[in-house]
Amino acid sequence: MLIETLIILLKISVVILGFVLSAGGLMTLIERKQSALIQNRVGPNRANLRGHLQGEAFSKSLRLGGLFHMLADSLKMLFKEDIIPAKAHKLLFQLAPMIMLFPALVLFAVIPWTDQYCPGGALLVVNGQDVCFEEPANYFSIAELDVGLLYVFAIASLSIYGIAIGGWASNNKYSLLGALRASAQMLSYEVPMALSILGIVLIYGSLNLNEIAREQGELLFGILPKWGVFLQPVALLLFFTASLAENKRAPFDLPEAESEISHGYNIEYTGLKFGMFMLAEFIGPVFIGALIATLFFGGWQVPYLYGDGFRMPFEGMYVVFALLFLAVAAYFASVGYQRRQRLPMVVAALFVLHVIAFAVMAYYQKEGVLRLPYPVVMALRIGAMMTKIALLTWLQFMLRWTLPRFRYDQIMRLGWKVLLPLALLNLLVTAILYPIFAH
Amino acid sequence: MPKRVDNPPMNLLEQSYVPEILRGLGKTVGHFFRGLSGTNYHNEMDAWFLEKGNVTLQYPEEKQPYAPRYRAQHRLMLREDGHVRCVACMCCSTICPANCIHITAAEHDDPSIEKYPEQFVIDELRCIHCGFCVEACPCDAIRMDTGEHVRVFTERDEAYFDRNELASRGALSAAVQGGDPMWREEEADGEGERSSPERAQS
Repeated sequence: MLIETLIILLKISVVILGFVLSAGGLMTLIERKQSALIQNRVGPNRANLRGHLQGEAFSKSLRLGGLFHMLADSLKMLFKEDIIPAKAHKLLFQLAPMIMLFPALVLFAVIPWTDQYCPGGALLVVNGQDVCFEEPANYFSIAELDVGLLYVFAIASLSIYGIAIGGWASNNKYSLLGALRASAQMLSYEVPMALSILGIVLIYGSLNLNEIAREQGELLFGILPKWGVFLQPVALLLFFTASLAENKRAPFDLPEAESEISHGYNIEYTGLKFGMFMLAEFIGPVFIGALIATLFFGGWQVPYLYGDGFRMPFEGMYVVFALLFLAVAAYFASVGYQRRQRLPMVVAALFVLHVIAFAVMAYYQKEGVLRLPYPVVMALRIGAMMTKIALLTWLQFMLRWTLPRFRYDQIMRLGWKVLLPLALLNLLVTAILYPIFAH
Repeated sequence: MPKRVDNPPMNLLEQSYVPEILRGLGKTVGHFFRGLSGTNYHNEMDAWFLEKGNVTLQYPEEKQPYAPRYRAQHRLMLREDGHVRCVACMCCSTICPANCIHITAAEHDDPSIEKYPEQFVIDELRCIHCGFCVEACPCDAIRMDTGEHVRVFTERDEAYFDRNELASRGALSAAVQGGDPMWREEEADGEGERSSPERAQS
């Protein structure tokens, strides 16, 4: 009993302290740096770990392109004066950031970072899914709930309270307006968000996130992984849009529209309370990335990787992959040669390494299976999950700097008149077509 | 008659905005990767962390080279004996549109020089760096070619740059005080071949 509790505490601390909070901090920097790159700027880069250096000594500076702005920002927020407006509701004002941050952190409890761990080691593969010899242990998600998706929607809608309470308790017109906008928008978009996911639930037949991820290990037509993207592309589009709105990310960021209501619901907050609001907002995209990866991109699945190793659907697959990677590497290398740039060369080198890896894999393959040790498989799966989260988060930030902000009525029209009917239609079509094609 | 603008109705694909959003994404992603793959860096570490794909100058470390004629901090040029070349003719303080040059003249021991500035103060708070003083000076005594910015001051008193301070940046001028002696003789002779190339070289 004690051991189990300790394991749970360890999992929580690793996920929350080791990943979520640091990712949230990193996102504050990444968003600024990414927007800078998109707008042909440099972005924040002055924070120097070796202090203020000038002249000759400057070449010794340790800035890593502004990586330490994360530290500087959080330190700044820690030491700012904590102001509570005179006419604010003291208790609720202080409670709101906690109500906001709590669900954002707790949501990560159900994300499966990789499959359940089989202590027995040796595995059979049945229908694209690993089968353990012994009772599997749940080491790689904090809580594997059978109602995982319901839990996600229940907890995610809690953060509305944080915003509404914070906006009201600040006793400021703008914060109240922002809170009203936020609650209306989040309530509206929860409906299409939940409805768009029902098709996935129909197909995989489970609300358990790890179960959904595990189901996606099968192959469609013997080649394509059975990922949600390929089965439910419309649902992906709807869910992605709705989750952007749910997170109040641009182009749905009108609860904090700087130009109209000057940062909306958190206008009166200072110091670490403001930091908590921002942290919750920056954790949001990471969670949405993790959720979309789990539901639509196979979660921790690496294509063709099973519990005992790689099983390619046909013999020439390695060659196809190697040629594909070589073509991409050649493209990057040529770009790099022309502009004498470093990154493309690094990327090209990585691709060439991939090709070598595929060649080695093809050489060592026996009886159609490239045997890999079980811990290596698990590490690859965690790496795949992280890569998917990173790419999806990057895409969300990319969209923010691509699209202008919606007007309030446009948001409402999009939510109720476009996304909701489309989600219902998608569900209807899935419900009719899936049983026909599945059997 | 007002110009008629035809707004053709959007078809379903255009109304969905999806292709246009993808086009926009393509543009921003292109800029993103162009920014990532920059060459212009000044620190190996920073280059690895993808500092610069753009033309921004990192100001305190990298500086824009100024043009040779850039009008910077004033200086007073010196004679061979180390005194300022200025003869307190008041040309500069007269032409100064900002009224920032204050000269108190005094008699010089050398009768051929006649005057020297006992005080020569430039009020840097008033100076507009127009360079008229340099243009007006008949004996190359004041220049604005230091390339330095006026130093930062926090008190008004510090903004008055006196003779010694201005002369501390000074240097020996190649110009001959009072003009070329040969040249003066010729003028006295009435020949007046000022612009002949040989004379100019000497």
